[in-house]
Amino acid sequence: MIRPARDDTTFNTIAYVVVGSLALFALLPFVILATNSFSSEHAIVTRGYSLLPREFSLGAYRLIFENPGKIARSYAVTIFVTGAGTAISLLCSSMAAYVLSRKELVSRNRFAFFLYFTQLFSGGLVPYYLLITRDLKLGNSVLVMLLVPMFNVMNVLILRNFIQNSIPEALLDAARIDGLGHAGIFFRIVLPLSKPALASIGLFTALAYWNDWWTPMMFVQDERLYPLQYTLYRLISSVNFSAQMVNNVPTMHLPKETLKLAMTVVATGPIVLLYPFVQRYFVKGITLGAVKG
Amino acid sequence: MRVPKSALPVPRGPVPPQGLGRAPAPTAPRRLRLRLTPAARNWVLYLMFAPLAAYMVVFAYVPMAGLVVAFKEYNYQEGIFGSPWIGLENFRFFYESGKLLQVTLNTVLYNVVFLGAYTGFSLLTAVLISEMRGRRFKKLAQSMLFLPYFISWVTVSAFVYNIFNFEYGLLNSTLRAAGLEALDIYGHPALWYLLLPVFFVWKWVGFGSVLYLAAITGIDQECYEAAMLDGANVFQRVRYITLPLIRPTIVVLVLLGVGRIMRGEFDMFYQLIGNNGTLIDNTDIIDTLVFRSLVGSQDFGMSSAAGLYQSVLCFVIIVIVNQAVRRYDRSHALF
Repeated sequence: MIRPARDDTTFNTIAYVVVGSLALFALLPFVILATNSFSSEHAIVTRGYSLLPREFSLGAYRLIFENPGKIARSYAVTIFVTGAGTAISLLCSSMAAYVLSRKELVSRNRFAFFLYFTQLFSGGLVPYYLLITRDLKLGNSVLVMLLVPMFNVMNVLILRNFIQNSIPEALLDAARIDGLGHAGIFFRIVLPLSKPALASIGLFTALAYWNDWWTPMMFVQDERLYPLQYTLYRLISSVNFSAQMVNNVPTMHLPKETLKLAMTVVATGPIVLLYPFVQRYFVKGITLGAVKG
Repeated sequence: MRVPKSALPVPRGPVPPQGLGRAPAPTAPRRLRLRLTPAARNWVLYLMFAPLAAYMVVFAYVPMAGLVVAFKEYNYQEGIFGSPWIGLENFRFFYESGKLLQVTLNTVLYNVVFLGAYTGFSLLTAVLISEMRGRRFKKLAQSMLFLPYFISWVTVSAFVYNIFNFEYGLLNSTLRAAGLEALDIYGHPALWYLLLPVFFVWKWVGFGSVLYLAAITGIDQECYEAAMLDGANVFQRVRYITLPLIRPTIVVLVLLGVGRIMRGEFDMFYQLIGNNGTLIDNTDIIDTLVFRSLVGSQDFGMSSAAGLYQSVLCFVIIVIVNQAVRRYDRSHALF
């Protein structure tokens, strides 16, 4: 590629300044969070949050790790829901995507529209809420947290497009001649060949599960079932909740402010740490989706 | 940014160069295909589709039917379908409460501002990044911009607390240190007209720029090379190549955004504002109203009327938008 340097110095300067400051702006809240979580409670209460840490202290983290009870429980709930939910979701979504890609299925477009229509029109919150709590009696269960975020129609359609465009029909025909049925073709050929798309879609699904606080807020009252994000929400929004987080510390001595910070770090940390390794899958997923959903 | 090859053929914009990705599969002879796919074998396909179909029936289609609750006087014992009809009573109540106009205006206005700011900043960063030298800086900046997409709005609300809370927040501790008066942002509703779009852009600009960058990457490099041979500078290349060639993408994405104009960003409003009484008039959108009257006050009349209003309006708008997309570029129509 030819890239003469002379004309675009001005442009590059502008680009560096604009993109650079936007990027710093994006990162700033994370930095504030991280540095202040290592400050002492005393520094925050007397002088407020600061950009650089004051009076370095691990007090809040020590408190969390010495009394892991609720947080460990929330972690377990979140990890279970994320893992199981993503696995089930991927399996069912890719099966459906395979079905939608089969040309011999005359009604495949009707099937696709049956899915797609739910994107255009929805019953909204009220019937949904009443259905789940009153009619299905799913409230207050781990099941509801598995079910609510489970499927995303756009992901199914993206998977279908991937199967249609990236897996040569001749390969499937050959498998059929060799005597494989639909199930065999799906599990032994389509699924292994769809790995790149499955990785992206799976990560999007897992992220949705990990970050889900809406479902427990709507449907779960039992504190023992709270996932990580909702525990964090309760901690930030209510003063009393922090006292229950760590049982054997008198409320007076509780470092409320730094506890919130440390808890946010503990709940968000895994995502930020994993982020550099999984970012490209997300970029790819967005690009796959952009190729007409 | 390097986009994986399999993702390259972006249909909009210029024709993707041949030979990228997999070659199209040679179609099997017709006779063979017909013989190998007897209809009787399709039952496996139906079975494979069944889990998702069942889910959609239960969690999407049954609630659609449940929308009739808006014409009923709901009581818990008899459920949606058993409760007595009351005609348009709920809608009259919704209208006369004065909420209808207020939440509609708020929802539409916020979404217009969000969509405009999001599109503008995403495009700006995408164009700048695509023409930038310095691969490392590009990559790093992109990663930083994309990071907020990955965290939940709960974490964002923690950030807001860190920066803006009255007693200890970074803003006020800085103001106090400078000898200025502390600012109570929850006491100034008008400030949120600025803050909410800022947070919206902060969270979504990384995502949006990836989207537009994908479209820019799909542009044939030969266009740029030809332009450079003709002596076009970078501003001219952006103006006369990049922008015109990704215009279809921009139009389609903006129209799709318009299609969602009645759907509020509930997560954001709930997490950043919650049930703050001072801000309610300025920040109440349809979604927060429905939620509050359903879960908070168990006011099924108000919430179901507002909910039906939103569902129907969303549907009408998306159908109109689809017609617009179809007229603009048939291949991108939703249905």
